[in-house]
Amino acid sequence: MTDIDIVIIGGGPAGLAAAVAAREAGCDRLLLFERDEVLGGILPQCIHTGFGLHVFQEELTGPEYAQRFIDRVHALEIPVQCGTTVLDVTRDRVVTAVSPMCGLRQFRAKAIVLAMGCRERTRGALMIPGWRPAGVYTAGLAQRWVNREGWMPGRRVVILGSGDIGLIMARRMMFEGAKVLACVELMPYSSGLTRNVVQCLDDYDIPLMLSHTVTDIHGRERVEGVTVAQVDAQRMPVPGTEQRFDCDTLLLSVGLIPENELSKAAGVELAEATAGPVVDESLQTSVSGIFACGNVLHVHDLVDEVTRESAQAGRAAAAFARSAAGLPPPALRVRDGAGVRGVVPQAICAERVAEDVSLMFRPTAVFKDATAAVKIDRVEVARQRFRILTPGEMVKLTLPKGLFARFKGACELTVEVTE
Amino acid sequence: MTDVIVIGAGVIGCAVARELARFSLRVVVLEKARDVAEGATKSNSAIVHAGHDAPPDTHKARFNVMGNALFEALCRELDVPFRRNTSLVAAFSPADLHALEELKARGDKSGVPGLHIAKRSEVRALEPAIGREVCAALVAPTGAICCPYELTFRLAENAAANGVAFHFSCGVRTVAREDGGWRVETKEGRSFKARAVVNAAGLYADVLNNQVSAEKLTITPRRGEYLMIDKAYAGSFRATVFQVPTPMGKGILVTPTVDGTLMVGPTAENIADKTDTRTTAEGLAKIRQAASRLWNGFPVNGVIATFAGLRAHGDRGDFVIGEPPDAPGFFNAAAMDSPGLTAAPAVGAYLAEQIAGKLGAEKRSDFVAAPTHWPVFRSMSMEGRVAALALDPAHGHIVCRCENVSEAEIRASIRCRIGARTLDGVKRRTRAGMGRCQGGFCTTRILAILCEELGLAPEEVTKFGGGSHVLFSCGKELPLP
Ligand SMILES: Cc1cc2nc3c(=O)[nH]c(=O)nc-3n(C[C@H](O)[C@H](O)[C@H](O)COP(=O)(O)OP(=O)(O)OC[C@H]3O[C@@H](n4cnc5c(N)ncnc54)[C@H](O)[C@@H]3O)c2cc1C
Ligand SMILES: Cc1cc2nc3c(=O)[nH]c(=O)nc-3n(C[C@H](O)[C@H](O)[C@H](O)COP(=O)(O)OP(=O)(O)OC[C@H]3O[C@@H](n4cnc5c(N)ncnc54)[C@H](O)[C@@H]3O)c2cc1C
Repeated sequence: MTDIDIVIIGGGPAGLAAAVAAREAGCDRLLLFERDEVLGGILPQCIHTGFGLHVFQEELTGPEYAQRFIDRVHALEIPVQCGTTVLDVTRDRVVTAVSPMCGLRQFRAKAIVLAMGCRERTRGALMIPGWRPAGVYTAGLAQRWVNREGWMPGRRVVILGSGDIGLIMARRMMFEGAKVLACVELMPYSSGLTRNVVQCLDDYDIPLMLSHTVTDIHGRERVEGVTVAQVDAQRMPVPGTEQRFDCDTLLLSVGLIPENELSKAAGVELAEATAGPVVDESLQTSVSGIFACGNVLHVHDLVDEVTRESAQAGRAAAAFARSAAGLPPPALRVRDGAGVRGVVPQAICAERVAEDVSLMFRPTAVFKDATAAVKIDRVEVARQRFRILTPGEMVKLTLPKGLFARFKGACELTVEVTE
Repeated sequence: MTDVIVIGAGVIGCAVARELARFSLRVVVLEKARDVAEGATKSNSAIVHAGHDAPPDTHKARFNVMGNALFEALCRELDVPFRRNTSLVAAFSPADLHALEELKARGDKSGVPGLHIAKRSEVRALEPAIGREVCAALVAPTGAICCPYELTFRLAENAAANGVAFHFSCGVRTVAREDGGWRVETKEGRSFKARAVVNAAGLYADVLNNQVSAEKLTITPRRGEYLMIDKAYAGSFRATVFQVPTPMGKGILVTPTVDGTLMVGPTAENIADKTDTRTTAEGLAKIRQAASRLWNGFPVNGVIATFAGLRAHGDRGDFVIGEPPDAPGFFNAAAMDSPGLTAAPAVGAYLAEQIAGKLGAEKRSDFVAAPTHWPVFRSMSMEGRVAALALDPAHGHIVCRCENVSEAEIRASIRCRIGARTLDGVKRRTRAGMGRCQGGFCTTRILAILCEELGLAPEEVTKFGGGSHVLFSCGKELPLP
């Protein structure tokens, strides 16, 4: 068993930013584990542009964005072990990792940063009836095949779900010579970013079928078609509205689920709304010394936000590793008010707020001319107006750290959205 | 000329083949699919039934009770997961209670050990998550669960290690008498001759039987659909919980699997097409409805997969086992619907004895019962892992993150005697891709390993053989469709 200050699990943008920030905050002994052979997480397969507008004021591709952080990691001489899978994390912060090179090893860490990212929801979770042929893939898997492996998953494609990966893949498959027949979305609005709907569907005349779903999959060996039907307000298929699309591939972009198996093993409490850990304003989970950031905490739209959040987690982990002192439990509970789902962080310790606090959440529906308001113990402390809010785009409200000095001993912070 | 041809490599065909390998006989298995266990054997409830359902003195009752008694030792010998987890038949009403009494009487008569009827409080204590309306249950302590495809694969692997020859993609078209033996011809144009034939062709066993015997048989496919629940809910049930059986079968049940996931199903619907393993909106809705009765707080969001299997339901209401009077040397193991999996070890042993007797074959002294199997990283202790890594560093490369399957295991599953040739083949031998991400992360790597090991191009790899190609040749060279 090796003693170490910080272990970072995951080498995507979250893990990289946390590592850089922890090092810059003065942590000497840290170690980052990544199970893939290369760093960057999901970014090496995101070869489209749209990354870095906030962090670098530039429009970069995913690999370019990742490379900037990988270069920083190397410049700061942060030890990184790729091809290494973390198998277990315990409550007392023992990390078990395995790799072909180094075998099975254990580390006792003063602080841990969870940055394992997320996985895609599958056909099984949707319970789509029909045959179970080859040709039904999650969009992220197809993206990896096309962009990293040079493999072609299909020629005539229907996409179910309008998440960002699905939208990006619609355009990518067109570029690769496939025909994309439709993008089918259960909800009456797209779950992806508006800019992706415009740039990936509209620009290529790919119809976006809102309030529709796939009700049947045809083909015994390889997909031969899908049945698409309209859904009613209860999201149940409306009989008589079925239409068949002849296609060889169905791509699914129906949601991402934070990968919290290790968090659960460590006894970290998870929030229902985000499926990620419950954290305080320093991004510390319910287990002291274990921090979480990036898509493992809650599914982000923009990598820039992942970077910002993760740098904060890195700094907090470094501070924790340095002092190793137990901090007072956060007393200020953060609650989802009307029209709001999944505010992160879920708790704040007003006494020790070290940085400005970003409250991140998704609206529960589409709101036009909306107002988001923050109240602490019924006192309104912030209010912001938005032309439109949709569940596909995460909202961030930042509260200055000075504010909290006025609310020591407060109990409840609520975020709500009204039209 | 060989001695015995076994048609079908499901659990029954493989159990018979492995038992035949104990005798000095040349045995050939012909299977039309690309792999073992592609029929009913891969999609069933995986329950080793106690044996109280079938009327006493039927083949079903006899082979069930015998099979149950043999199962645990067989699984231990072949190193296949098996758990004697107890089964409960839940009663929801006074009428159900009456049915439990009848089941118990039947079971007692068939020799099912240890049956008793538990009251509400005892049931609740046994299974805290059981539906609130359950008022009593028949408890069968010999009820158990296993992994049917892993068992079948190991039976086949062990049979092959003892000299049995397996031919895949060999669909038998005709069986006919010739020179006191049998001529067997396949759709692919291959021809085999043997002194005896075993008909273990699942749903198609009627077709083969009817070619050689005047005692006609009709097999109807009876579809059963399932929901698979994430292992995050492992521990919700220890026992298998049935409802009171109906004329269509044992009804929808909830059961843990040996892998930690749970299953809810199956439905029971007679259909016309013997290949129609589709799931249906109605079927899945029915399961959800039944599940919420059986399972208090049934987690719809925990569903990770749906599937369906076809029971080979015979018109005689019982298994059809042994030689038809007008076709000596042709041995049926037909109409093997439930409890066919449970019965497999007993049916295998019984038929092998019969055939060996008929052909005058002796027991071999060099039969090796315990196969060597690759180390399974997931189920190893810390020390075991260190040892395995010292032997092969590829154990340190975890390919499937949901089920912790290593590269070494995936390569071994392809290199073994009855090696995987498809993505599903790897999945069923190693569990890689069976977890909650359903292959989202590991399929890329597994596909690449299949290519390396078998010398395939990526676009040649299939999900389960035939036209189930995973990829197309590279897109850039394609003309626009
Ligand atoms: C298709 C797609 C398009 C996108 N487009 C944009 C865009 O245009 N603009 C934008 O700003 N953002 C975009 N994003 C979002 C952005 O890429 C993500 O928010 C970001 O990658 C999340 O970072 P992460 O580090 O949390 O997770 P990931 O990038 O998923 O990284 C997690 C890493 O952890 C590793 N890991 C997990 N478990 C273990 C373990 N047990 N042991 C070791 N390692 C482990 C994984 O291998 C992985 O490398 C897009 C995302 C996708 C998928
Ligand atoms: C929904 C469902 C639930 C069940 N639950 C249970 C349970 O919990 N417990 C239990 O004990 N039993 C259960 N059963 C029954 C059990 O699954 C079967 O009895 C058992 O799998 C039958 O095995 P088999 O080898 O006879 O058939 P199969 O597994 O169907 O194998 C037959 C094989 O023959 C091959 N074949 C067919 N025709 C030809 C041909 N012409 N030439 C060459 N090969 C051919 C097929 O490809 C197939 O591989 C269930 C069955 C179903 C469908």
